[in-house]
Amino acid sequence: MRFSFAVLAGADIIIIMAENLNCSYCNKPATVHLTQIVNNKIIKVDLCESCAQSKGVTDSEGYSLTDLLSKTNLGPEKGEPQITCPDCGLSTADFRRTGRLGCAACYQSFVPLLKPVLEDMHAGIIHKGKIPDVALSRQTSMAKLQSLESALLRAISEEAYEDAAKFRDEIQAYKEDAVSEAVQS
Amino acid sequence: MIESLLKADNAELTQSTKKGAPVVLSTRLRLARNLVDVPFPERASNSQRSDVMTRCADQIAELTQMKHGAFFDIAELSDLEKQVLVERHLISRELCESKSGSGVFINKDQTCSIMINEEDHLRIQFLKTGFSLRSIWKQIDRFDSSLENDLDLAFSSEFGYLTACPTNLGTGLRASVMLHLPGLVISEHMDKVIRAVNQLGITVRGLFGEGSDATGHVFQISNQQTLGESEGEIMARLGSVFKTIIDHEINARFKYIEENRARLLDQIGRAFGTLQNAHVINSNEAMNLLSLMRLAVDLEMLPEVNRSDVDRLFIECQPGHIQYAAGVGIEPDARDLCRADILREEFSRLPALDFDKVNKLG
Repeated sequence: MRFSFAVLAGADIIIIMAENLNCSYCNKPATVHLTQIVNNKIIKVDLCESCAQSKGVTDSEGYSLTDLLSKTNLGPEKGEPQITCPDCGLSTADFRRTGRLGCAACYQSFVPLLKPVLEDMHAGIIHKGKIPDVALSRQTSMAKLQSLESALLRAISEEAYEDAAKFRDEIQAYKEDAVSEAVQS
Repeated sequence: MIESLLKADNAELTQSTKKGAPVVLSTRLRLARNLVDVPFPERASNSQRSDVMTRCADQIAELTQMKHGAFFDIAELSDLEKQVLVERHLISRELCESKSGSGVFINKDQTCSIMINEEDHLRIQFLKTGFSLRSIWKQIDRFDSSLENDLDLAFSSEFGYLTACPTNLGTGLRASVMLHLPGLVISEHMDKVIRAVNQLGITVRGLFGEGSDATGHVFQISNQQTLGESEGEIMARLGSVFKTIIDHEINARFKYIEENRARLLDQIGRAFGTLQNAHVINSNEAMNLLSLMRLAVDLEMLPEVNRSDVDRLFIECQPGHIQYAAGVGIEPDARDLCRADILREEFSRLPALDFDKVNKLG
């Protein structure tokens, strides 16, 4: 029993029996045929064995058709906002070429481009799963402590000693709370 | 370097003593996680990548789940060793091709592997033979939470866990079940099933294939979407699709037995004869013959105790494993001889097929 398997994502997918087509990338005989209907348009990609493998189509772990298609579509769309992430320097063109983001901050920088992509890709665009409570509360308390410490330094440099004493007490109380919480847990 | 893994006597996929099941081979969960303050691996500098590797490796090494586990720096593994790990589903092809500063932790019984600096800083994977989404979730959730005690992960309240590719955003969870579906393939219903399942947001892909064939009738079903649903909802949907596919597979088998009893017995009988006597077998043929042997166990033509042998051979007959076992680099032709030797040896130890069992069915 031989048939070509299509790796499937998104909407309707049709399995095509082996055809004599050439690879969309290197022109060798294609053995993997992907077909997806996106917004009523049929998109076909034919791949030879080695291109299928190098593009991760046969990778049992991490393949997505969206990924492949975003790499296949050339260049940015017209009138698209040109964004550059202030943290890692990823540009709109980089994002369109790789289909990937560069860093955590990109998820803020690229929101206008991402929202429609995410809407097509996922069941919803708001996270409903697990929340890393411990890490988040640690991050919040670290940020709080840092802001108190810099307020203290500023107060000292401005010779506002009453304020400084207040900040020092707050820092002290905050650290004691953290210690007693840690002991309890 | 990976010798101890291959010699392990308790590896989940190849040495499991647990009772296997018809249709389902194994269940896997994977979580994608990133550190908050470093660019994702592809955009990180070499020094940032090695910093991530050191920070993660230090934390992971301390976790109890990783006691007696092994760490491998990808740069120090040979191509063949990497291929063997891919065939055992312990690392991905993408990790094999990664730049410097990538590695993998593998625990003692090979149920857990953590890839560092693959597409994301961390890819945590837990797998087990049989179907067990809930119990694996408990393990991976606990593991993930214990990492979170010491590492600050990239997370937003709106988008959840932030990942390099938006396809993994949110839960970062890919849940997958590996299924053996000869009934649906032989009855030519597989394409219908794939289309139906796909509309439910579930992906189907062939497995063990060197090319485009779904060799060995083994398929993997997994969730496509990771954002907008909780982990529980994702697994519930996969679980219900899984049950439906099993029902269809069982029905297809019974129908095939009813209508083509002699042909099926002939196919299984010839496959058994080939495995016991052939001297040249390529990997595709081996997968397809082994698939018929797994079916023979399901139909009680072979004893249940031999199911784990068949499942082990599915992995040990892959090209990398054959080449690794041969010790030196061998040509594909020579590999087919070695594979046949192994299979003849293994199948000479099995009892004769019990054809009466199927004749009593239906």
